[in-house]
Amino acid sequence: MPKVMSMREAVERFVADGMAVALSCSLEPLVPFAAGHEIIRQGRRDLELVAPISDSLFDQLIGAGCVRRVTAAWAGNVSEGLGHNYRRAAEKGEPLPLEIHDHSNFSISLALWAAAWGSPYIPTRTLLGSDILRSNPNLAVTDGLVRVPAVKPDLAILHVQRADAAGRAHAWGPLGIAEESALAAERVILSCEELVAAEVILSDPNRVLVAESKVVAVVPESGGAHPAPVQGYWRRDHRSMREYAERSRSREGFLGWLREQVLEVPDRAAYLRRVAGLDELRVRRHRLSAPADYGAE
Amino acid sequence: MVAVAAREIADGELVFVGMRLPVLAFAVARSTHAPSALGLYEVGLLRAEPAEGFLGTMGDPPNVAGALWATRLSNVMALLAQGLVDLGFIGGAEVDRFGNVNTSCIGDFRQPRVKLPGSGGGADIAILSRRWVTLMSHEKRRLVERVAYVTSPGHGDGTPGWRARSGLPGGGPSAIVTTLGVLRFPPEGGEAFLASVHPGHTAEEVRAETGWDLKVAPDLAETVPPSDAELAQIRRYDPDGFWTRRGPA
Repeated sequence: MPKVMSMREAVERFVADGMAVALSCSLEPLVPFAAGHEIIRQGRRDLELVAPISDSLFDQLIGAGCVRRVTAAWAGNVSEGLGHNYRRAAEKGEPLPLEIHDHSNFSISLALWAAAWGSPYIPTRTLLGSDILRSNPNLAVTDGLVRVPAVKPDLAILHVQRADAAGRAHAWGPLGIAEESALAAERVILSCEELVAAEVILSDPNRVLVAESKVVAVVPESGGAHPAPVQGYWRRDHRSMREYAERSRSREGFLGWLREQVLEVPDRAAYLRRVAGLDELRVRRHRLSAPADYGAE
Repeated sequence: MVAVAAREIADGELVFVGMRLPVLAFAVARSTHAPSALGLYEVGLLRAEPAEGFLGTMGDPPNVAGALWATRLSNVMALLAQGLVDLGFIGGAEVDRFGNVNTSCIGDFRQPRVKLPGSGGGADIAILSRRWVTLMSHEKRRLVERVAYVTSPGHGDGTPGWRARSGLPGGGPSAIVTTLGVLRFPPEGGEAFLASVHPGHTAEEVRAETGWDLKVAPDLAETVPPSDAELAQIRRYDPDGFWTRRGPA
């Protein structure tokens, strides 16, 4: 079954209402904004979003009415602070009531590792003394340790620098919890800056993010993380993050932003044409690593 | 506030660098009195030299270029969980007299009046690092008697030995650095007291802006103002005042 497809097709085929979806698992870099926007355009509902911190992507999906539950350590706008849609949903149920399963960055990582390893839970000392134990109904203290139960997403969506048609991905820079979310999830959708030949990926098998058998879709989507950064490709668009924070302050402002930036935009290429100063965000000074020698004989 | 926070970092320490102002504090410390301190970033980075120029987040490409280690979050947390992190920084919306920090919500968590972004790595740093420092704008609504929600536990209910009794491995908060002064804690934990006031402010003013009956150290000091070298570094790493414009350096 060919895995290379458009974002529209990947979301149509693999994202269903009610799914638990891990998104934005590398923390601030490599956020799959293009995938999130396509999920909004296709009107998915009742999703559970899973991540350590999501830069403004969770806020956008919440405001668009796609989300029933957030299982995360942090949801807002990293450089600007509060997530206004997250606030409206949690405080007023607008546009929909939101269930929140609080975690810390460490505990959400452990929850995904537990699922990845097939363990029902992982015991830890983190969260002892924190009210996260009161507000997250799934966490419990047994024998002086916190039991973090497995969180198993139906799907993980990851943006990476490059991938091949078989679904082998190279991602570099800090990886956050990308690996455990890919291992824990039933299926993985990759979006990539570059679709490359298998030889390129297999020249450095240590850098492959997850077993290809997990990957069901590979979407060539240059700029698919904008306004988040991609090491070696794109700098972070702080201005765009600020503009989103300001426009999403009111519900009306957010709906205007949503129409203009997501609903009336057919695809990522059209979106990128609307980004002011896009070219200035491209990384120009490259720093290549030394090749590793995999020689065997 | 950034310069004072930077001085909490001793040379040679492994520092868990949080978001925002701590990123600057680490850069200032490393460029002045702590040239061999190392910085850990939960996104999955270890750095020696601060990244040149402005960082909007710890995952920005300049923070990755030149890193000593680019890895996964759980590897960074492994060092933290083993007690190898000397110092962490935690920001927040409110902190109480026992150093507990709230970054989750104002009001009841079931029906919050203000929903804040949440823990991030804050709770992990608070529980597992050897000691940690909170940075806070000094306002009565932020320095409160008891926080509405303990995201990142400090000295708990303030009774001696609360952390050890509750199973928290790390030593807890050592200081609250604010826009008006520095609050510290007794070695055995418990209640914060005013240790120094920043130049131009008084203990009375600080007490009036604090939400509990703040004790004042008998040897109350005046904070040493930022040196030219410290100010130069703050301007170097925050050239447009993106992080420091809201308060004094």
